[in-house]
Amino acid sequence: MIRNFIQQLRKTAHLARLNLTEEEEELYSKQLEEILNYFQKLQELDTSNVEPMAHVLPLNNVWREDEIKESMEKELILKNAPEIENNCFKVPKIVKNI
Amino acid sequence: MYLPVIGLEVHAQLLTKSKMFCSCSTDHENAPPNTLVCPICMGMPGVLPVPNKKAIELLIKTALALNCEISPFSKFDRKNYFYPDLPKGYQISQYDLPLARGGYVEFEVDSEIKRVRLKRIHLEEDTGKLLHVGEGDRLAEAEYSLVDLNRCGIPLMEIVTEPDIHSPKEARLFLQELRKILRYLEVSSGDMEKGSLRCDANVSVMTEKGILGIRTEIKNVNSFYSLEKALEYEIERQINLLKEGKEVIQETRHWDEKKQITVTLRGKEEAEDYRYFPEPDIPPIIISKEILEEIKKTIPPLPLQRKLLLQNTLFLSPIESEIITSEKELCEFFDECLKLYNNPKNLSNWITVELMSYLNDQKLNFRDLNIEPKRFVKIIEMVDKNEITRPVGKEILRKYLDTKEDPEKIVEKEGLKTVSDLDFLKEIVKRVIDGNERAVLDYLKGKKNVINFLVGQVMKETKGRASLDLVKNLLEEELNKR
Amino acid sequence: MGIIKEIHNLYLKKEITVREVIEKYLKNIENWEPHVHAFLTVNLDYIEREIKRVEGLKFNEDLTLYGIPVAIKDNILTEGLLTTCASKILANFIPPYDAEVIRRLKEKGAIIIGKTNLDEFAMGSSTENSAFGPTKNPWDLERVPGGSSGGSAVAIATGESPLALGSDTGGSIRQPASFTGVIGLKPTYGLVSRYGLVAFASSLDQIGPFARKVEDLAIILQVIAGYDPKDSTSLPYSPPNYLDSLGKSVKGWKIGIPKEMWERGVEDSVLEVLDSALKVLRDLGVELIEISLPTVEYALPTYYLIATSEASSNLARYDGIHYGYRNKNQKDLISLYKVSRGEGFGSEVKRRIILGTYALSAGYYDAYYLKATKVRTLIRQDFESAFRKVDLIISPTSPVLPFRLGERIEDPLKMYLIDILTIPVNLAGIPAISVPAGFKDNLPIGLQFMGPFFSEDKLLQISYAFQKLMDFSEKYPNTVEGL
Repeated sequence: MIRNFIQQLRKTAHLARLNLTEEEEELYSKQLEEILNYFQKLQELDTSNVEPMAHVLPLNNVWREDEIKESMEKELILKNAPEIENNCFKVPKIVKNI
Repeated sequence: MYLPVIGLEVHAQLLTKSKMFCSCSTDHENAPPNTLVCPICMGMPGVLPVPNKKAIELLIKTALALNCEISPFSKFDRKNYFYPDLPKGYQISQYDLPLARGGYVEFEVDSEIKRVRLKRIHLEEDTGKLLHVGEGDRLAEAEYSLVDLNRCGIPLMEIVTEPDIHSPKEARLFLQELRKILRYLEVSSGDMEKGSLRCDANVSVMTEKGILGIRTEIKNVNSFYSLEKALEYEIERQINLLKEGKEVIQETRHWDEKKQITVTLRGKEEAEDYRYFPEPDIPPIIISKEILEEIKKTIPPLPLQRKLLLQNTLFLSPIESEIITSEKELCEFFDECLKLYNNPKNLSNWITVELMSYLNDQKLNFRDLNIEPKRFVKIIEMVDKNEITRPVGKEILRKYLDTKEDPEKIVEKEGLKTVSDLDFLKEIVKRVIDGNERAVLDYLKGKKNVINFLVGQVMKETKGRASLDLVKNLLEEELNKR
Repeated sequence: MGIIKEIHNLYLKKEITVREVIEKYLKNIENWEPHVHAFLTVNLDYIEREIKRVEGLKFNEDLTLYGIPVAIKDNILTEGLLTTCASKILANFIPPYDAEVIRRLKEKGAIIIGKTNLDEFAMGSSTENSAFGPTKNPWDLERVPGGSSGGSAVAIATGESPLALGSDTGGSIRQPASFTGVIGLKPTYGLVSRYGLVAFASSLDQIGPFARKVEDLAIILQVIAGYDPKDSTSLPYSPPNYLDSLGKSVKGWKIGIPKEMWERGVEDSVLEVLDSALKVLRDLGVELIEISLPTVEYALPTYYLIATSEASSNLARYDGIHYGYRNKNQKDLISLYKVSRGEGFGSEVKRRIILGTYALSAGYYDAYYLKATKVRTLIRQDFESAFRKVDLIISPTSPVLPFRLGERIEDPLKMYLIDILTIPVNLAGIPAISVPAGFKDNLPIGLQFMGPFFSEDKLLQISYAFQKLMDFSEKYPNTVEGL
């Protein structure tokens, strides 16, 4: 069971692009299993006729007019970037299937 | 025998002034890197998206024109994946409740009307651009890449077809018709070479027994030509595999423009889990009947409708109708001219022959021209009334298009009015006959065709200002005296 | 009299200058910080510019926060001033723009005095999850101040700042307010612009104020509340004048006591202290009615599934490409992502990202995320029907007294359970306020008032009436000698 969950955890950590140490893997899989078990409680409730709620306010059609405003100076856009070249963000080799 | 089964996913940038969720300009073609970027489209911490009303309207306009059903309730979702051209780590898109579903596109294949059904049309944001640095500037060979976010956040409409297309040529014709429609609707520039129209293709082959094959997806098709070529290649590849008793693998393949082949990009098992969920930062979209009625009013007749109308009511030939409706602006120009000049057949001839040859020579599109219907019609009328000859008319048209000078003034200034002075013409005829003894001899020996040469010489002398028939008559009259 | 009024009177009489006021608070900060660590950034150059800016304004009635220091939780963006979210991944991030609330505060003459500590990305209930060390409770330096807005709450409790802003996703304003003996308000979702608040869980996050006195809270709320076109989830609503409701009688109001929030898991000492608070309410002439909110017991899993799902997406942008921490030794993109994020995020943040990613992933979406959003509907319906019977609802803010540092940090579920009484409010989107209601062994205990959508005026009205009779606003901690 636990080993199974470690597989699950590794897959999830890959999806989330998180490097986990072995200790973290062990700790998280134990904790997350416990948390998810507790969350099973939700299955007690019958929600077959309930609409899901993604927004709490009864708002809709919040749109803006198609108007151009000044962009930000590129110096400010790039200021916090770890690495830049030719006014672009620099990234290392993109390997197959990212 | 195998039947190809093809479905397309078309992405078209919408013609808005500002981006999908922020107010940065979309005019990115010649902008230096990262100059059309703000905290919102670069996904800074703390920013929030506010949808562009115009983009929603343009999508609905397209959907109505393509006979889709507009969802009364729609929403944005987040599509989660990591890539350097996607600074938020998710793309705001639409998942289970797209703005439009169903609908179809009709177009002509070998004079037959073909219908391709649509699955859906949804709205999303474009990603940034990656520049791959290193040998051959291709992804696989690049040492590193540079990210420019100018394109990031431009509104993008995704049109997904049903797998109703059955040949590479049909696929190309479909896409060409779709582009024409998008241009007629003024919702997208549709420039494939500039990337404002992009297309992925899903393709499989069906056996004689009607068993559907495994499909592959082809990416990186950047022109109508490569769409057709890529499909031809891929269909042949799949058929060959099946003939050899091998299996087609479900995967995404990349069209290699240089080598003209498709290569594996990623397999099914490597497919991303996008973890779509409703975008919590944007309230849902509710499209009322009133909104739909307003947008309906802005939809013009579509190119195929226009074409059939020209054929069936004005009796233009299919080719002429096709040319005239190839661009919305040209079609409108035809309409305007027709109001001033009630001879559609002749008008169409002037447009499809004289105007088109000018455009071809100059390598221009009609919409690049600034041509006034009044002036164009005036030229035709002058020819009709014999005030100028047709060759002169053609010349005047070119001069007018080059200089935008009033055609009547050109005629006057350059003295191009048709010569009707018989004595003057007779004198030239005599001069030509005297100066071309060999030709005259040939003619008299029975080589009657030579007369065309002599006509040409006379026209040269008159700078084309004489009526052809008249010159021919005078020549024959004079020759017969010899 | 509120502290703002007091300072403004001195300004009017020219008995003190803006600079002197700021220096006085900086002195408090200097004294307290070595013991409590409420602030992550107090930048004297920035403050100097702020003072000069405000000195250039002419004091008038409209500048309701003229020359008043405000401490800001470090997940709210301040242009040109380090904003870290208490995370290594943003340790050097200098925002190029101000959050909408900051713009509004500055416009009214406020001075941003510093950025306060929090649980990394607001994920936690104790301010122990800060990459830069925990904040301590000034009432007992061995105990936590609550979280995640622990720094802002402590800044008020110690008097390091008269006003502060925090953010509340599941109780992150109210619970630390309760633990530190100050007032904290979580506004109605959509009342205060989230533009410039670093998103944790977008459908739950709200910015809100801390203060010692209700009058001061009303004034700062007035400044930050109201429609912002940059936030699509902000409601086009004009807030009433909140000061107007202060001092009005609450006689005859019906207040619901949901048995689910008073029984299970609430420590006896908390109930004991709140008993006398209920008595005060009766003295004010309100009618206490027992009600039931049957689905609130499902609020915790519902909350943690929704919040972590949204967080897993909101925190995807910290990928070491466009800003923030990058491990520069990585040769390819995917390891750059994984190592930068693995090293940049702290333990709790990673745990929640994984939980949320899992809840949204193929095969689990329906059972976790979707199920939770459906239960959320039921929880809101429960509140809606309760508010048809009563004007407001009350509960303890926290089921427990401030606990010791390290006491719960090893057991995430145990930590999550701390939020059980504040979470339902965020799920329903309604406003709630925590008001100091007494002390047990010199540890503060808060009472939570919850109201229907946009009932901030009512919450302030009853809090004001309550504070009149049970006033702890002059009570300061004395754990540090010589202060």
